[in-house]
Amino acid sequence: MDKQEAARKLQELLGNSNTIGVMHSVVVELSKYIIIFLFAVYTWHCFTVFIGRDKERKERVYRHQLKLMFTIHFICSLVLFLNSLHVQIIILYLLQVVLFVFAGKAYPYVYEGMSKIVLNNMLMLLMVGMVMIERLDTESAIRQMIFAAATCVAGLFIPYIIEKFSYFDIFGWFYAIAGLGLLALVFVIGEERYGAKNWVSIGSFALQPSEFVKIIYVFFAAAFLAKAERFKDLVLVTAVAAAHVLILVLEKDLGAALIFYITYLVILYVSTERLSYLLAGLACGSGAAVVAYHLFTHVQNRVIAWRDPWSTIANQGYQVAQSLFAFGTGGWFGMGLGEGMPDKIPVASSDFIISAIGEELGVFFAICVVLVEISCFVMFVNIALKMSRRFYS
Amino acid sequence: MIAVAYCVVIVFLGMIGYLVKFMVQDSQEIINNPANKRQELLAERIVRGDIVSSDGRVLATTETDQKGNETRVYPYKNVFCHVVGRVWNSKTGIELEQSFPLLTSHVNPLKQLSNQLQGQKNQGDIVVTTLNAKLQQIAYDALGNQKGAVVAIEPSTGKVLAMVSKPDYDPNTVRSEWDSLVADEAGNSALLNRATQGLYPPGSTFKILTAMEYMRENPSFDKYRYECSGSDTFGGNVIRCYNGEHHGTVDLKSSLAHSCNGSFAHIGVGLNRKSYRKLCEAFGFNSSLGVKFVSSRSRFVLDEKSDTAEAAQTAIGQGKTTITPLQNALISATIANDGVMMTPYLVDHTESVDGHVVKKYEPQEKRTVISRKRANQVTRMMRSVVSDGTAAALRNLPYPVAGKTGTAEIDSEGTSHAWFVGFAPAADPKIAVSVIVEGAGTGSQYAVPIAAKMLEEYLGN
Repeated sequence: MDKQEAARKLQELLGNSNTIGVMHSVVVELSKYIIIFLFAVYTWHCFTVFIGRDKERKERVYRHQLKLMFTIHFICSLVLFLNSLHVQIIILYLLQVVLFVFAGKAYPYVYEGMSKIVLNNMLMLLMVGMVMIERLDTESAIRQMIFAAATCVAGLFIPYIIEKFSYFDIFGWFYAIAGLGLLALVFVIGEERYGAKNWVSIGSFALQPSEFVKIIYVFFAAAFLAKAERFKDLVLVTAVAAAHVLILVLEKDLGAALIFYITYLVILYVSTERLSYLLAGLACGSGAAVVAYHLFTHVQNRVIAWRDPWSTIANQGYQVAQSLFAFGTGGWFGMGLGEGMPDKIPVASSDFIISAIGEELGVFFAICVVLVEISCFVMFVNIALKMSRRFYS
Repeated sequence: MIAVAYCVVIVFLGMIGYLVKFMVQDSQEIINNPANKRQELLAERIVRGDIVSSDGRVLATTETDQKGNETRVYPYKNVFCHVVGRVWNSKTGIELEQSFPLLTSHVNPLKQLSNQLQGQKNQGDIVVTTLNAKLQQIAYDALGNQKGAVVAIEPSTGKVLAMVSKPDYDPNTVRSEWDSLVADEAGNSALLNRATQGLYPPGSTFKILTAMEYMRENPSFDKYRYECSGSDTFGGNVIRCYNGEHHGTVDLKSSLAHSCNGSFAHIGVGLNRKSYRKLCEAFGFNSSLGVKFVSSRSRFVLDEKSDTAEAAQTAIGQGKTTITPLQNALISATIANDGVMMTPYLVDHTESVDGHVVKKYEPQEKRTVISRKRANQVTRMMRSVVSDGTAAALRNLPYPVAGKTGTAEIDSEGTSHAWFVGFAPAADPKIAVSVIVEGAGTGSQYAVPIAAKMLEEYLGN
């Protein structure tokens, strides 16, 4: 059901046509400005909450942020519902509220003294992602909901696991083997998408093992480097890390390979504090990138699209061009939720979701999303700095 | 650790910075791309704005009937069909170039919002062109039923004052005539804007460039003499003067005034080809003009490997050189503007329906092609074409006109395109024109009268 149809049906149902029509457009038109304003206030809090030492004020700000998040969530869901009149939207909305309330209560309980900012940001980003996916494709939204709920619950057990296995950093070899094994799994039961063989299907769910291995991989690198005393140790751990990267290259999943490579370099630098390692690593990485460019056509396509999407607008440049159209046409305040054409952007519901957000909710909103991500990152670093054990930093 | 963290934060901030730069600087141009299907969405909220001429005439407007159906209406019918363009079946012309501005409203935002809330469409911005409706109409009528094109430019700014191309079509009824326009059994190519996309041999109008190159290579060009006996042979190829005329002893000025083919072919074979080519390229050949509307590249292909016969032909505008009427107007406009080339443009500004300017397009200097001194020397020579040469019909206007005629032969049976390029008043040029009439005959007879009518309209008689 499209927007006009929904509006007409609403009028039929509720009679009194004129007021309902105006009400409908008031909600849809004004909502985008309100949403941006609320999100801007939220983002402002992310960076100003640390001013001063008044604990009570801080607690108030955190609660205020949650209220803002729930308000934005409500408005977005209302617009989505008014535009489609699907009952599914209401059900999803209620489930999401239950999930957010649950996570908001349970996490501070399980993680004592946790950063409320990180928690609020997590819920906010989760909410924005869900609303946008719901707008693009309800089926994916249901799947996203299931995954989000499962991971939220799983996340609650992490402190327990860490406590139980308090010698977390002795499992170095276990992490290495598990990680490599999972990555190699795709050679056996994997399938190819977008030029890379990096997906595994289980029932109706498809997932990328590399997403999970990322975590184990970081544990592995941290475990080894925390104990590394001699140069020989460094060589060994570097070789194992290189094996991860090589497997990903063989799968042609170069994006993940790059992430693993850079992650290792950063962990290596943080633990050894030797700038030469970082620089040498970056130099080797650049060399490898040139080789990859000549070896793989899908890398060449990316480069072509990046340099000039316009001359290859029908082929390699299509996605980038559509994405730029989306941002540009949406403008600072966006077209309004459900008013744009984000379905023109390939892979809008995952890799290119920020373009869909920019188009419909506005570039200001998209910038706030990035600022919230920065806020998360700053908090992560902050937490890591406070860690006493070398493994955790 | 802290250093790495800073780097990451800087990368994120850089990303935001780039996004802001894109929005402020590039986005307006980019979203106007015809491949951006989102224009259709804007049309649901905005009534496409009007396109008007610099003298306030409506060239395109949107009429809405009582049921809310919109029709794009072009009051001048065929007259502006190429330059203003159409919206139906892929947009063209200014309708294409300014599609997004036309579908964007800059009236008071609160008023817009209140309109939207009442479910009413807002009125899109008005595009005010540089075109002079009266001048366009004169040029259109003067060209009559003949095929060809007319371009008029304001030399000091690059504003396009008129742009006519024939055969034409009526954009109001293009939908019903589309099939026959595309089938084009008469070979009219009515959909093509000849003014910017038609590639023609420049004929004798090219002698202006040949003369300029000669002056560059020979500082004592005043002493140039040539004995014209009606025909001469270059690389085994005979070059004749028009109508077998004998021009006798000519200098550079009178060679141009009388359009002596022998003299210019003689000059052409002696020119430094690399330098000749460089001059033509500085005037815009072999590259895009950098204009916002669709235009073809004029081509100059003579090089060191070309034979003598081709050099001679090229020098009189008959070789492999091809030129658009727009490019030819631009050469004259550049000479008129003391050697400074201004990028031609069609849109002066856009304004909201409540009358405030949204975006003003300023004149843009492309480059200085020749010195002021050289421009004045060439102007004097082009003056003599009018005062005692092939464009004598323009002599009686109350202001001095500088120009050059051309008769570009296109087959061995003597069919030729009639050309005229020039500007006026010569001392303080206000308008530069380029006229081509396909297959008509001599420039003096068929192109000059059209230019005369335009000058009379624009500058008075």
